[in-house]
Amino acid sequence: MRADRRLLAAAVLVVGLLALPPLASAFGNPYLVTLVTRALIYALAALALDFVMGYGRLVSFGHAAFLGLGAYTVGILNTHALQALPLVGGWSGSNEALVAWPLAMLVAAAYALPVGAISLRTSGVYFIMITLAFGQLVFYLFNSLSAYGGQDGLPLWLPNTVAGREMLEGPAFYYLCLGILLVVWAFLQRVVRSPFGRVLVGCRENPRRMRALGYRPYPYQLAAFVLSAALTGLAGALLANQQTFVSPSLMHWSQSGELLVIVLLGGLATLIGPIWGALALLVLEEVLVTVTEHWQLVLGPLLVLVVLFFRNGLQGALDGRGARDD
Amino acid sequence: MQLFLEQVLNGLQFGMTLLLMASGLTLVFGIMNLINLAHGSLFMLGAFAGATVVAWSGSFLLGLLAGVVTAGLAGMAMEALVLRRLYRRDHLDQVLATFGLILLFNEAVRVIWGRRPLGLTLPDWLAGSVEILPGVGYPVFRLAVIAVGLAVMAGLWWLVMRTRLGMRIRAGASDREMIGALGVNITALYTLVFGLGACLAGLAGVMAAPFIAVQSGMGEDILILTFVVIVIGGIGSLRGAVAGALLIGLADTLGRVYLPDLLRLWLPPATADGAGAALASMTIYLLMALVLALRPRGLFGDAG
Repeated sequence: MRADRRLLAAAVLVVGLLALPPLASAFGNPYLVTLVTRALIYALAALALDFVMGYGRLVSFGHAAFLGLGAYTVGILNTHALQALPLVGGWSGSNEALVAWPLAMLVAAAYALPVGAISLRTSGVYFIMITLAFGQLVFYLFNSLSAYGGQDGLPLWLPNTVAGREMLEGPAFYYLCLGILLVVWAFLQRVVRSPFGRVLVGCRENPRRMRALGYRPYPYQLAAFVLSAALTGLAGALLANQQTFVSPSLMHWSQSGELLVIVLLGGLATLIGPIWGALALLVLEEVLVTVTEHWQLVLGPLLVLVVLFFRNGLQGALDGRGARDD
Repeated sequence: MQLFLEQVLNGLQFGMTLLLMASGLTLVFGIMNLINLAHGSLFMLGAFAGATVVAWSGSFLLGLLAGVVTAGLAGMAMEALVLRRLYRRDHLDQVLATFGLILLFNEAVRVIWGRRPLGLTLPDWLAGSVEILPGVGYPVFRLAVIAVGLAVMAGLWWLVMRTRLGMRIRAGASDREMIGALGVNITALYTLVFGLGACLAGLAGVMAAPFIAVQSGMGEDILILTFVVIVIGGIGSLRGAVAGALLIGLADTLGRVYLPDLLRLWLPPATADGAGAALASMTIYLLMALVLALRPRGLFGDAG
C-alpha cells in the first residue's frame, strides 16, 4: 500500500518535472524554468545530505562548504581559462564541464576526507557542531582570498560548455540538471540497498551490535560522508553555472541550515523527500514573496506546523502513515 | 603591556556576554535535552526592547529591565506554545521547528522596528572611562559588563547549588521520570528554567547592544559562537560554559589583535595583515576542531 502510493507520487513528480518547460513556455512563464532549475540543484545537494543524515545519522551542519568548494572550483577554473593565467603546472584552467565538474566533486571530496576523519571521532550534537566549525573555516578562508574576489565573490564570465557545446541556459540546462538529479537519485537508491548501505543503516541503528558482528562503523561512515560531499560539490558546480556567480555566502552556515531544512521538510531518509522539500521550499518562497514583503512571517510558523503535525515531512504525509524508508 | 591588559579585559567582556548566552542554552539542553536555535532570537529581542526603552526614557536601567522582561516573557511563551511539544522528539525536529521560529522572530522585528539598525546610547555615568593603571583609561561600561557577568554567574551558582529550586533543576537534569514521580510539577519547572535562560539571553542582548548594530538577524552570529562555547565546554555543563566562554572570548579578541603582528615576523607586512585577519576569524573554529579532535565530548563533558 505504502509502496504503491510512493511509486505513484514519484511517477507524478518525474512526469511533472519532464513536462514543465513546454508547459511553462505555453503559459508564457519561462521564469518558472529558472526557478525550478534552482530547486533541482538544491534538491541534488539535499539528496546528498539526506544520504548521510538519514541513513548514517551523520547530521552535517557544514555541507555548504562542499557546495561552495564545488562552485569555486568551476569559478576559479573559468577565471584562469578566461585570462589564460597558469593555475597548476602550466595548465590554465578550463570552462569545459566534463573537466570542471568531476574536479569540483574531487575537490569537495578531498576536503571531506580529513574533515570526516576528525569529525567522526565525535557523535550526536558534537558531530553537528564540529562539521559546522569546518564549514565556517572554508567560509572565512574564501572571504579573505582576495585573488578570487574575497567577500565580493567571483563572476563567471564564461559559462561551462558541455563537450564543447553551450547548453547551460533555459530548458537545455534544466533537462541537464533534471537528468543528473535522477541519475544520482537512482544511484543512491542502489547504494542504500547495497551491502554497504545496509551496514551504514545498521551502524545508525546500533553501532555496538554492528561492532559485535565484526563491522567497524568508521570506514563505512567516512566513505558515505566523502561520497555525500562529492555529490554536494557537483550541485555547487551546477549552481555556479546557474547563478553565473560564486561568492562566499554559498558557504555560510545558514546555507547548511537551509539544506538541512529542505531534507527535514521533505522527509528524512526517504531520498525522494529532499526533492519534494526543495521544490516546496523554493516555490513557496517565490509565491510568498509576491504576496507579501514579510513572507518569512508566514514561512516560519509554517515550518513549525510541519514539525508539529507532519512528523515525517512531506513524503511522510504523502505516504499516509509515518515510517522511514530503509 | 598596556595594550595587552586592555585586550585581555575586552576578551573577558566578550566572554561574559557569551557566558550569559551559553549558561541559558546549556541549562535548557542539559535539563530538557532540547536544542533551541531560537535562543539567539531572545538575545535580539532583549537588545531591541532595551534600545527602544532607553531611547524613550533615557534610563539605561529601565532599558535593561525591559530587555530582560521582554526576552523572558517571549521565551516562556515560546516554550508553552511550541517547544513543550518537542521535548520527547528527535533533535532534528527541534532544529527544524526552532529554525522556523528564527524566521518568524527576525521578520517580526523587521515589521515592528523596520530595517534600519538601532543604536543604544549610554548615559554619562556609564559612558566614561576609569583609570585602571596610572595613565591608562578603560571604558566603564565594559567593566560593568564584566561585573554583571560575574555577579550573574555567582547568583546562578547559588541558585543551582544552594536552593530547593536548584536541587529540583539538578534532579530534573539527571532523571526527569523520577522527579516527576516525586510530585514535582515538571511542566512548570521546565517553563521556569526556560524563562530563566531567556532572561539571561535578554540581559546579554542589552549588554551587547552598545557595541553592535541592533538589527534583525543579529542573534544568529552570537548563537553560533554560543554553540561553539558550549560544545567546547561540554554540553550541559555550567562549568564547561564558563571555561568555554572565557576561552573563546579571549582567543577571539587576542587573535584579532596579535595574529597579524605575529605573522609579520615571517611574512611581508601586507601578506601578514591579510593572512592574519583571515586566521583571526578562523581562530575559534580551529580551536573548537582541535578540542573536539582531542576530547570528543568537550572539556567538561561526561565521558561515554
